[in-house]
Amino acid sequence: MNRLNKLFNTKNKNLLSVYFTAGYPDLNNTVAVAEALEQAGADFLEIGFPYSDPVADGPTIQHSSQAALEAGMTLNMLFEQLGELRQRVTIPIILMGYANPMVQYGVERFCQKAAEVGVDGVIVPDLPMYEYEMLYQDVFAKHGISNIFLVTPQTSEERIRKIDGLSNSFVYLLSSASITGTALQLNDQVDTYFSRIKAMALKNPTIVGFGIADSLAFKKACEYNNGAIVGSAFVKFLGSTPDYMNGIEDFVKQLRA
Amino acid sequence: MKYSVNEQGYYGDFGGAYIPEMLYPNIEELRQQYEIITNDPAYRVEFDALLKDYVGRPSPLYLAKRLSAKYGANIYLKREDLNHTGSHKINNAIGQILLAERLGKKRIIAETGAGQHGVATATVCALRGIECVVYMGEIDMERQAPNVARMKMLGATVVPATSGSKTLKDATNEAMRDWINNPVDTHYIIGSVVGPYPYPEMVARFQSIISFETKKQLLEQTGKELPDYALACVGGGSNAMGMFYHFLDDESVKLIAVEAAGLGVDSGHSAATSVLGREGVLHGSRTILMQTDDGQVVEPYSISAGLDYPGIGPQHAHLHKVKRAKYVSITDDEALNAGLLLSQLEGIIPAIESAHAFAYLEKMTFKPTDNVVICLSGRGDKDLDTYIKHFGY
Repeated sequence: MNRLNKLFNTKNKNLLSVYFTAGYPDLNNTVAVAEALEQAGADFLEIGFPYSDPVADGPTIQHSSQAALEAGMTLNMLFEQLGELRQRVTIPIILMGYANPMVQYGVERFCQKAAEVGVDGVIVPDLPMYEYEMLYQDVFAKHGISNIFLVTPQTSEERIRKIDGLSNSFVYLLSSASITGTALQLNDQVDTYFSRIKAMALKNPTIVGFGIADSLAFKKACEYNNGAIVGSAFVKFLGSTPDYMNGIEDFVKQLRA
Repeated sequence: MKYSVNEQGYYGDFGGAYIPEMLYPNIEELRQQYEIITNDPAYRVEFDALLKDYVGRPSPLYLAKRLSAKYGANIYLKREDLNHTGSHKINNAIGQILLAERLGKKRIIAETGAGQHGVATATVCALRGIECVVYMGEIDMERQAPNVARMKMLGATVVPATSGSKTLKDATNEAMRDWINNPVDTHYIIGSVVGPYPYPEMVARFQSIISFETKKQLLEQTGKELPDYALACVGGGSNAMGMFYHFLDDESVKLIAVEAAGLGVDSGHSAATSVLGREGVLHGSRTILMQTDDGQVVEPYSISAGLDYPGIGPQHAHLHKVKRAKYVSITDDEALNAGLLLSQLEGIIPAIESAHAFAYLEKMTFKPTDNVVICLSGRGDKDLDTYIKHFGY
């Protein structure tokens, strides 16, 4: 049982996860930002490993990824930085990025390294379920890394059941079928969608991401689900002031307000 | 059919559908529907009629006598440059617009590099009265301004891709993002044999008309339906797949795919993917792509905007790996010179993309009886500025 399962066993409401891109806006602040987020009250974190062609991301995360790559961020460097992760951060950590950098690094080596530095899960939006099952499921399991799948409003019930079966930490519910940074529309459709999923009584907790930018959206997501993930809004905040380290606490408090 | 796709969408080790979950319903719908729709007799009738009466098919197979004399073989040109809109791209655009209509889609998106696929897509959208949005790298929009104007005149909206390197791969990213945001009403007409399965297969089949006709025409003209060599240029590889398709299982036909070496394979300014690339994942499929050790996609270079793509289609990656086709490369200068040569020997100004295939003739040795077919994939009108600048006319 990894840190994600332990977390969900002790807390199953209003869970807050925050995403940021490793190496943005400062190359060497990855662990410092994670530590500040934990102290501010985040329940778990997603750290993005940047990719040159992030097709599922909107302008904010595209920009942070490009800036991090230009500053010199690589997977090697990220794992090096995360070497001191578990001396400073206790909450669960998920790495999020695209298939190609992981495939180049070697999926086995990636999982081994991730486990070694204390990473608990991975989200790879462009790694399909079929390929995961065929090629990588055993590798992930061997190293105790949880693979997290996405579900959208268009995902069929049959497929959601299958995803739930393959998942062993949580199911990542997209607030809408869109790229990151598209604000959640608080309308009846969202209620219908969330309650439809809730009625399925999945074995895994559901956490909502994409478009969760403020406390209103966070509350709406938590009404039906176990928690929500804030990404683009936090990345935008990081880029907005050189003094971002001192603003992280307030940023998280406002989300919980 | 030992080189065709398997049920999971793979050509050997390459292919598949590496797409975010948001696109799964669209890709699944295509996977389930495209064969049913395209095999429907009513679809075939409409497709064939448009290719004949609107595109102008069959395109001629022309024995280039002076070029043949120069190289000492019988060189036949498959004249895709004579198609409506000036290149082979229209074959696929017609096929996909008829498919999109039958899928009930109300809006079309496309990516384009040189603008040929964008123009072909804008054309078929005008023909059928469907909204059209074309993504094009901001840098390519400057390089290919006449094609931008053509698309606008045809009623399309051209959206500059301003992310990343601002060229074809970024235009493709932007088109995919648009599709993620508009999954229900929109069909994405991918212009090459790239992308998630079933796109590479679907586009190859629409382009396979090239080799289908070539076989028949060769039989009529030479008494033999198989050539000794078939040559085509490769960026993503759609005209090459079209030219190779019906020869794949005839192992006596030597297939030659010509990539763009740019300033030279080792110059750091090249698009010779088969030499410089490694296996990985790009735009929805496992293939060969140019990338850093860290798995970041490298921006390729070629004077020809239609060939500077960092990957090749997954079927090409497979044909390369199992050595069914030979992948070679030609520099900017070699291609430009071949374009000039074809102009002056045969009175045909080729697209710089196609000129790459002709340039490789210089590096081959033939028997006088050899029959060689080259896909002349597009005409050179769009490249006049580049030719003029280079040769100082």
